[in-house]
Amino acid sequence: MSGPSPDKPVAQPKSFAFSPENLKKAEAFIAKYPPGRQASAVLPLLDLAQRQSGNWLPRAAMEAVAQMLNMAPIRVYEVASFYAMFNLKPVGKNFFQICTTTPCWLRGSDQVVQACRKKLGIGIGETTPDGLFTLAEVECLGGCVNAPIIQVNDDFYEDLDGKSTEDLIDALKAGKAPPVGSVKKRQGSAPEGGATTLKELSFAGGKK
Amino acid sequence: MLADKDRIFTNLYGTFDWRLEGSAGARRRGDWDGTKELILKGRDWIVNEVKASGLRGRGGAGFPTGLKWSFMPKTSDKPCYLVVNADESEPGTCKDRDIIRFDPHKLIEGALLASAAMGAHACYIYIRGEFYNEAVTLQHAIDEAYAAKLIGPNACGSGFDFDLYLHRGAGAYICGEETGLLESLEGKKGQPRLKPPFPAAVGLYGCPTTVNNVESIAVVPAILRRGASWFAAIGRPKNEGTKVYCISGHVEKPCNVEEAMGIPLKELIEKHASGVLGGWDNLLAVIPGGSSVPVIPKSVCDTVLMDFDALKDVKSGLGTAAVIVMDKSTDIVKAIARLAKFYKHESCGQCTPCREGTGWMWRVMERMVKGQAETREIDTLLQVSCEIEGHTICALGDAAAWPIQGLIRHFRPELERRIRDYRKMAAE
Repeated sequence: MSGPSPDKPVAQPKSFAFSPENLKKAEAFIAKYPPGRQASAVLPLLDLAQRQSGNWLPRAAMEAVAQMLNMAPIRVYEVASFYAMFNLKPVGKNFFQICTTTPCWLRGSDQVVQACRKKLGIGIGETTPDGLFTLAEVECLGGCVNAPIIQVNDDFYEDLDGKSTEDLIDALKAGKAPPVGSVKKRQGSAPEGGATTLKELSFAGGKK
Repeated sequence: MLADKDRIFTNLYGTFDWRLEGSAGARRRGDWDGTKELILKGRDWIVNEVKASGLRGRGGAGFPTGLKWSFMPKTSDKPCYLVVNADESEPGTCKDRDIIRFDPHKLIEGALLASAAMGAHACYIYIRGEFYNEAVTLQHAIDEAYAAKLIGPNACGSGFDFDLYLHRGAGAYICGEETGLLESLEGKKGQPRLKPPFPAAVGLYGCPTTVNNVESIAVVPAILRRGASWFAAIGRPKNEGTKVYCISGHVEKPCNVEEAMGIPLKELIEKHASGVLGGWDNLLAVIPGGSSVPVIPKSVCDTVLMDFDALKDVKSGLGTAAVIVMDKSTDIVKAIARLAKFYKHESCGQCTPCREGTGWMWRVMERMVKGQAETREIDTLLQVSCEIEGHTICALGDAAAWPIQGLIRHFRPELERRIRDYRKMAAE
């Protein structure tokens, strides 16, 4: 990020401590790495702290992670600001990350962005007043044959267009959890309407 | 067309159960069959088979996998590591995701065999953070493999101890670069390291390390079971084997598909993706190997084969075999300008030519989209891209330069036309 941020300063909680359950998870993460290499656990621990804090990473959480991993706080801040998935300010309950990189753009990500703006009345980087939705534009999500894609929190919604994007927003507004994956009900990354390969195969028990 | 019996990823679309057991689970589909015997044949045998198979790295660079493994020290007083690169983020590419979510045991078994070939008793799989659900699946499969004693102490009863750990990234394209990945795995910003020393000498935690792509590792069990000669018989010399292609963009039915290396691009698109929108004659251009490789125009697409050497001969590359198709309705300049923005966003900021150059190129490209430029700036842009290429620690600088070079090579008249039109409009 360059230049002064026009954003208002974020109200930071005074302290952070992992819940007992997350503390156990954190210890399990640290145990994956050799003794003395606990800094390796910084990404998983920041992710855990972000999940516990409602999908954003307060400063106090970064400091708690630094202390736990015996790292200088500045090292943790720089990691947290380097990686795109850490939210350094609060986001809405449904964090919409719209992929607009070329493969998604070729398949109509402009219409998806437009549908989100129209339906939610906010722009990229903004949150709805009710705190339900935040819009972000992201780089390639790695599901290009199912483009365009929106990642909502942990889940990918694929094969979108303007209409299905509006439907997705309606469903989430109504508190429903729409099925994750292709909104066209495609089977994974197979061509729409059925695969051109792997048709001669059968295994005992057949399809799952 | 490749026969189904020669396809490795039999569950590419998730038709069957990805779990270990079950009536159509991984074991029933042939995974973990005789793994112990393969390990007991010894590390030299494994390395030689992989060498003889002709397998070249599936992550983009195409370096011979067996040869890479042979760089690992035979004896070392430090531990050796295998690191699997599952940080799939090259625009256009989404093949490793399918391997992870639908065929995770192929990857786990491959990681064990590759580690045995290199004397690595621990392996980390670095998966991109956005693949959360895929990571949950893979972790479940790893837990299954531990519970069945396929990995862990005395893996598969072979006497070889092997631990496998999953590590989630947090959203940074640069961590797909192998030394950026190692830095990230050590808990730092993912800024690539100067080479040499190469990871085989000084890698993770300063120990000998090999970094391989998911697909390179996941095909290893099939190669060892069916024999190097089976794999080598598919494709063309020096470009052997099968490959998972990702076909995205302006085609009737975008898809992933496993095909033989060297399949003609036209056949690939027409057979599996039902052709270009509006027919083959409506094709403008294709980026054949993920966003980093130069675009090729239709005249080249008509006949080119999809492998490392054939695409190199037409000044492009196979990369990750992610085919991005653009029909005649495409604003080709805008398509490439969007990639320039991608590289600007993903530059780690370490090397000046890349940090400054990617932003500069993007800004010029945005003007080129509108034609708001001087004709001579096309040459300046080309020259600057050549100044970035080869002058940075890692290949991101090259990757940012190549799409623009490809555009200028094949679509210079289009750039010039926009500049003329803009002038005309401004004069009116």
